[in-house]
Amino acid sequence: MKYALLVHQSQEHFERRNDAAAVAAGKAYGEALQAAGIFVGGAGLDSPQNATTVSVRDGKRQVHDGPYAETKEFLAGLGIIDVPNLDAALEWAARHPAAGFASIEVRPLLGSHFMVGTPKPPK
Amino acid sequence: MSEAATSVAIESVVRDSYGRLVAYLAARSGDVAGAEDALGDAFVAALKRWSVEGVPVKPEAWLLHVARNRMIDAARRKEVRQKSEMFLQQIAEEAQAVAKAHEYFPDERLKLLFVCAHPAIDPAARTPLMLQAVLGIDAARIASAFLVSPAAMSQRLVRAKNKIRDAAIPFCVPKPPEWEERVSFVLDAIYAAYTTGWESLTETASTHHALVTEAVTLGRVLTQLMPREPEALGLLALMLHCEARRQARHTNDGKFVPLDQQDTALWSHSMIEEAEKHLRAAAVFKDMGRYQLEAAIQSVHASRAKTGCIDWEEIALLYEGLVRIAPGIGSLVGRAVAIAQAHQPAAGFAALEQIPSDRTADYQPYWAARGHLLHLLNRKEEAGEAFGRAASLTDDPALREYLFQRSAEDTNRIA
Repeated sequence: MKYALLVHQSQEHFERRNDAAAVAAGKAYGEALQAAGIFVGGAGLDSPQNATTVSVRDGKRQVHDGPYAETKEFLAGLGIIDVPNLDAALEWAARHPAAGFASIEVRPLLGSHFMVGTPKPPK
Repeated sequence: MSEAATSVAIESVVRDSYGRLVAYLAARSGDVAGAEDALGDAFVAALKRWSVEGVPVKPEAWLLHVARNRMIDAARRKEVRQKSEMFLQQIAEEAQAVAKAHEYFPDERLKLLFVCAHPAIDPAARTPLMLQAVLGIDAARIASAFLVSPAAMSQRLVRAKNKIRDAAIPFCVPKPPEWEERVSFVLDAIYAAYTTGWESLTETASTHHALVTEAVTLGRVLTQLMPREPEALGLLALMLHCEARRQARHTNDGKFVPLDQQDTALWSHSMIEEAEKHLRAAAVFKDMGRYQLEAAIQSVHASRAKTGCIDWEEIALLYEGLVRIAPGIGSLVGRAVAIAQAHQPAAGFAALEQIPSDRTADYQPYWAARGHLLHLLNRKEEAGEAFGRAASLTDDPALREYLFQRSAEDTNRIA
């Protein structure tokens, strides 16, 4: 069963994402996911200021600067993991280095239209 | 066998085994709604077949077999993923084993209870979910107890069941370190079934409502499933103590009677005895918790039947422990009353005054307690005002009348 871990955080914490400690913690977490054989994919996201939103209405493409909605906390990263059930997903979400200050939203993947790959076997 | 006799047989299976059947099927498919639907179909099929062929030797095994087939059909229709097929294969094999074996099929209700009270489930849905999945109570009845529309309750239940299935909440019994918190969610959900619809004066005196029997049943089931969990025993003892007083809570003409004035001859002494037995069994584990303390407080009140007096010092001490574990508004108010009753009305009132006012504004027991303590302090005018405010915060007519009466007595509006 695949779950997305969606990291929502504030601008304040977002600005500290390149601190040495944050980078090291992120790297260690990624390695732990790999080693457990549950990592499917994921990445940090750039600032919503660099987002561009696209929609098509009446056949006409509309492009505007900024995210879909301005919010105090915003999506700053996502990971996809493949684990047996929600409790296991929640456990990995709680281990996320951002869980101490950000919120990790755990959502099951539907997985019917976009098939994401299966994790590599543990090393 | 007649259809009437068959439906009696089915009713007895529903009463004794409904939760076990749902739990068994749902624990294997991860789908509570699917299990309930399949079981519903199986009961319909049983009504037809059993009235012709008689009730089978193992009615539960028969029902499981039919329900399993229904689940396979449903799965085929929806072309669900391979994984479900695997579960169903497992159920098929186990259903056969159950049919052949001499023993009863495995009891998975504890897992089901933990799923119903999972932190990923909306807290407002946990109690209704338990009542429906474990006891088979229909949404309309649950809705009326929770004072919401049947449609809203159905929607809440459907949403919770979909989440269990779609987010794959596992059917398992949690292990430490989660154990303690997860158990408390289960206990709280059962207690919520007991207190729903209650309008209580310092948590003890109250009217009864539609779900108390069901809550006690869930409490009993839980102690059977977790005989070594002292808080489960404590919760059952608490509910039994409160239930024991049902007859004494109102006079024959429906007037409210406060706990310390109830006629102890009207209490159910067998229920009190059972409560005491559970409380003693819990004490063996030497692991005090919120429900054991609350039950112990009720136990002190119950001993008035034998001693003729209430040991308020003891109650104050127990509340002292309770506010440390569970500093809820109810226990803070209860502690203040106990201190006041234990010959220290001024100290009790001071404790009451310390409760932050943002928590007390619409909390009826606070205003009733405030009225009572001001009355003890001979501040009659203020006592009358507080009782009046308490009266306006209850929706129980008998209690409202009682509080207005006390308000009137203190403000000298009537003799």
